[in-house]
Amino acid sequence: MMIEVLDTDTCTDCNLCVQVCPTNVFQAQPEGPPLIKRQDACQTCFMCELYCPVDALYVEPDADAVHGLTVEGVHERQLFGSYRKAIGWHKDTRHRRLIDDHFRLPQ
Amino acid sequence: MNVPLQGLDETTVAAVEIACDVLVIGGGPAGCWAALEAASIGAKVVLVDKGYCGSSGATASAGTQIWYVPPDPAEREVAMASREAMGGYLSERSWMVPVLDKTFESVNRLADWGYPFPRNDNGEEQRISVQGPEYMRLMRRRVKNAGITILDHHPATQLLTLEGRVVGAGGLRRQAGGHWLVKAGAVVLAAGGCAFMSKALGCDVLTGDGYLMGAEVGAELSGMEFSSAYAISPAFASVTKTALYRFAQFYRKDHSLIEGAGSARGRSIIARTLLSEPVFARLDLAGTDEVKAILRRAQPNFFVPFDRRDIDPFTDFFEVKLRLEGTVRGTGGLRLTGLDCSTTVPGLYAAGDNATREPICGGFTGGGSHNAAWAIATGAFAGAAAAAYSLQRVSATDFGPACIALPDTKGIDPAEIIKAVQDEVFPLDINYFRTHSALLASLKRLDALWENVGRATALNEDHSLNLRQAQAMLATARFMYRAALSRTETRGMHRREDYPTQNPDQHHRLILSGLDHIAVRQEAVDPGAYKEAAE
Repeated sequence: MMIEVLDTDTCTDCNLCVQVCPTNVFQAQPEGPPLIKRQDACQTCFMCELYCPVDALYVEPDADAVHGLTVEGVHERQLFGSYRKAIGWHKDTRHRRLIDDHFRLPQ
Repeated sequence: MNVPLQGLDETTVAAVEIACDVLVIGGGPAGCWAALEAASIGAKVVLVDKGYCGSSGATASAGTQIWYVPPDPAEREVAMASREAMGGYLSERSWMVPVLDKTFESVNRLADWGYPFPRNDNGEEQRISVQGPEYMRLMRRRVKNAGITILDHHPATQLLTLEGRVVGAGGLRRQAGGHWLVKAGAVVLAAGGCAFMSKALGCDVLTGDGYLMGAEVGAELSGMEFSSAYAISPAFASVTKTALYRFAQFYRKDHSLIEGAGSARGRSIIARTLLSEPVFARLDLAGTDEVKAILRRAQPNFFVPFDRRDIDPFTDFFEVKLRLEGTVRGTGGLRLTGLDCSTTVPGLYAAGDNATREPICGGFTGGGSHNAAWAIATGAFAGAAAAAYSLQRVSATDFGPACIALPDTKGIDPAEIIKAVQDEVFPLDINYFRTHSALLASLKRLDALWENVGRATALNEDHSLNLRQAQAMLATARFMYRAALSRTETRGMHRREDYPTQNPDQHHRLILSGLDHIAVRQEAVDPGAYKEAAE
């Protein structure tokens, strides 16, 4: 369920996810990447993915069940960092910060 | 002056102790605007958040339209009139006008601060909507740069009072360990509403903590019967972005169309159908590829679950469910005594979802728009008033050493309480389609639960926060059903199956107070000039 994958090869142990997770899912370690310590507290808000500077996190959208995803599987489908790209927080997609088309929605 | 504080035990000294003029509890939009406003008039401000100011709460992970209306008399008239009938005429123009003014001014400041508003084909900025992550990242930066102390992962668990005034708060340091205590000349509660950990997007931190803390020191609540907001989400995901479902049609399992079902007026048909069978949706009203592209750009988070499952929501059927959003998209909360957002307790102010939104919405809101404006405006009003109140006092925080209650075990599992509360508030046939008998039976069970856990404390610190959240949800559920039983009519979002019409004799607000015994009284509403809409 929820936050499922932390790519320990990509992770820089910056622990930003530990800080930004509103429900305190991660736990910093004395050495190495943080742990997904309280997975059942994950509310599937995707904020950790957005703040991860190296796209090492992947949140499965199902808020209620674990799906057993692997780093390889998520890489293969090119899903690491996909939401960050969609909202323009990736350096290659900065123009997307300006594309909020709410005002164009047919009324 | 060295008077012992109420609400505190003498046994443990807090690990972190700070004195300030204004303490803001909650780091969502309301809390950030409150902190900024208080700091701008010279107050020393501390902001605490249960999670992380910038990512916590209903706004950060979502995106929201804003009730942003230029000060043109005709446009303002339309804006104010548009929701009065839907809200059951429990709103007041004396509130709408200043909220619209403050929202307009504040959103323009967002633009000055560099918020990347999109432009239309004429190059004009469009300021009617913000993306949550972008908005709250900017707000955190502004708060930080204003010299405000931000304490993340510092959940508040209790307010401190001295001689009937609120003079600070204490809580847990859930990552650093130990406790915190902030002595303040005034406190702004901006801790959000309550969505009962339904996994509605970003809402699991919203457990009614601010209602409980307010009620404990004697603050009143209002509008708690308007708490039956449910959002549509894919059955397999947490993304409760209901707005785009106006481009959806709803179907049974055999793909036959459910007539009349829709995201706005037809949501009760969806709810009714869900009582007996699953419901599926498809965004088949989006029409052209151009419209589909606009929807994708307007709400990127809506599409995340679908893209991750290789589902095309425009052409594929997908199962949907209704997730309770409680008072987050309902309207109940702490009662405000005036435009300064004060509560009935001196030194205590409330803003955003923590306060009742009835003054601008009456008994109905839904997501975004008014809620965003309410957070912005009441945040600013409360921050300014709290700062003024605090600064006019000499040595407001000089009350000697203080400490936080040391938790003590009663062997209660908070997870069990939370599950028991959810079993009372999630079911559509109790909370959405309300009847006297179902509400009464449910309230009796909730009251019995409260007798056991209302004052209980837990030993271990992880448990301690969970227990506090469980208590807050339990208190909120009891407020909701106490008020829902008292309103024997259908008004706003409060739907009574046994009283299906609006009753002119009940054109009043319901004010609650107390915790062990919840008292109900009526308060008259002066909605100002409004047009009688034909319903």
